[in-house]
Amino acid sequence: MSVLLEARAIGKRFGGVQALKDVSLTINAGEIYGLIGPNGAGKTTFFNVLTGLYSRDGGDVLFNGQPLQLGNPSAVAAAGIARTFQNIRLFANMTALENVMVGRHVCTRSGLLGAMFRTKQNRQEEAAIQRRAEELLRYVGIAHRANDLARNLSYGDQRRLEIARALATEPKLLALDEPAAGMNATETAELRKLIVGLRDDGLTVLLIEHDVKLVMGLCDRLAVLDYGEKIAEDVPEVVQKNPKVIEAYLGGAHE
Amino acid sequence: MMNKLLTDKPWWGVALVAASLAFLPFVVGAAAGPAWVRVLDFALLYVLLSLGLNIVVGYAGLLDLGYVAFYAVGAYLYALLSSPHLTQNFPAIAAMFPDGLHGPIWLLLPAGAVLAGVFGILLGAPTLRLRGDYLAIVTLGFGEIIRIFMNNLHRPVNITNGAQGITQIDGIHLGPVALDRSLDLFGFAIPSLNLYYYLFLALVLLIIVVSVRLEDSRIGRAWVAIREDEIAAKACGINTRNIKLAAFAMGASFGGVAGGLFAGFQQFVSPESFQLIDSIMILAMVVLGGMGHIPGVILGSLLLTLLPEFFRYAATPVQQWIFGQVLIDPETLRMLLFGLTLVVVMLYRPAGLWPEKRRSRELEQKRGEVA
Repeated sequence: MSVLLEARAIGKRFGGVQALKDVSLTINAGEIYGLIGPNGAGKTTFFNVLTGLYSRDGGDVLFNGQPLQLGNPSAVAAAGIARTFQNIRLFANMTALENVMVGRHVCTRSGLLGAMFRTKQNRQEEAAIQRRAEELLRYVGIAHRANDLARNLSYGDQRRLEIARALATEPKLLALDEPAAGMNATETAELRKLIVGLRDDGLTVLLIEHDVKLVMGLCDRLAVLDYGEKIAEDVPEVVQKNPKVIEAYLGGAHE
Repeated sequence: MMNKLLTDKPWWGVALVAASLAFLPFVVGAAAGPAWVRVLDFALLYVLLSLGLNIVVGYAGLLDLGYVAFYAVGAYLYALLSSPHLTQNFPAIAAMFPDGLHGPIWLLLPAGAVLAGVFGILLGAPTLRLRGDYLAIVTLGFGEIIRIFMNNLHRPVNITNGAQGITQIDGIHLGPVALDRSLDLFGFAIPSLNLYYYLFLALVLLIIVVSVRLEDSRIGRAWVAIREDEIAAKACGINTRNIKLAAFAMGASFGGVAGGLFAGFQQFVSPESFQLIDSIMILAMVVLGGMGHIPGVILGSLLLTLLPEFFRYAATPVQQWIFGQVLIDPETLRMLLFGLTLVVVMLYRPAGLWPEKRRSRELEQKRGEVA
């Protein structure tokens, strides 16, 4: 199995708080990789550093054999990492279809002049953008809501739309930040089906999740963060039995 | 959208609109006098300006309070390159152009657009990290800086002639047709003001087509995405720096074109014409009409140019009719009524008079949640 992403000694400090301390992890191509940990363990911080939204204090990331331009979100997206957000961030006043069309931005080229003169190339690209966006809406199962404003979609559909928008950038790695947060059991089961489908279609998935049951059942491998440090990284069965992990989740017996 | 607007309507509908637009200046001129045709011409210039600002404020959501600076850049470029000012003050230039500087319109308007676009980037580059109020303050300062430069660039070298402004600017010529004189067409005289009306109308139509095409394009969607959620836009791979600069440049270039037309039309420019209140008026047109919605913005700019003029003319006779005498100076009353109109519209139509459908839906929903 080939390595898709290798994070080496990522560090991040907010004032006096060491949010991430030399976190290193390796994600293989084609797997679902989970990142779990108690509240405040640094999962989302790691996500934000990886996707370029936060600057880092140390470390680097090799993605697909190339060093990733950390600190530059659009370069990270262009390199092939797409993400969703813990508290959904859609373009609320654009339609579902338009949201996904925005996702095509990074894979397309048309500029101001092309748009002004409606060149043949521009029209073809526009048509292709819309075709692909419709395809992706169908893929995540919300094609019937294409012309509704993103803000008017149900919570579960908004999650799906965010995934469709991320997929529109044609990523190699899809990073999902707590996709099951706030979902009921049915919605979670459907989401799980969607994520497994993504993996089966050849995508690598990085998953932050609170729902331990979902993570344990879904992930091929996972890492556990606690107080900004990685305390375990292995297949779920092994991680589950790790005493450090149990302590982090249930509290230590000492003192 | 524009294409749909044209194709969905029956041909006679389009023909009717075209005919009424074509005859409008004659009807207005005959019914209300040439002063109102002049108002009409200015209204069209303001449509150009507000469509330009609409790109920056309406689409990309970047609050710009110094937009009139780009209007000034376009106007001064035209003024300098088609008036005797430079040849009188610089012997070297006079030697190069013994017949004087008379830049052709087909060169000066695009040059004005490009130069204003460059100034747009100059303004945009240092403000990329700013949003909302902070951006408004910086752009306000930029607008003032440009005006103050125009005011003071007459010493030690006289470039702009300072507060006195530049006079004797050539009127606009389209090939053999001089727009500053009435045109005799088969024994039928078309006044100069009407000729300008047609030129401005043509450019308004051109700019509408450009706006519509931009709105419905990859870059246009990226603008709206930045307005809606900048972080999500970045995560989608949008290079927000370049896309914002494109918005500033594009919006500014419309202002530059309008500026060139203004200089040729007035044949006189001075820093007086490019004050903060003008920037605010253009912004008010965009907001009042409906941000990000082209028909709304056009409506807003027409209303805000025509209403004050209407109040000015109506104030005296109406007072005499009601009170038998003029109690309040028409000039004062005019601004009073104008302000009142703005407040009323914003109270009852907070999304603008003719908002974009999706935006209006959002606001109605919010109101429903409160109630």
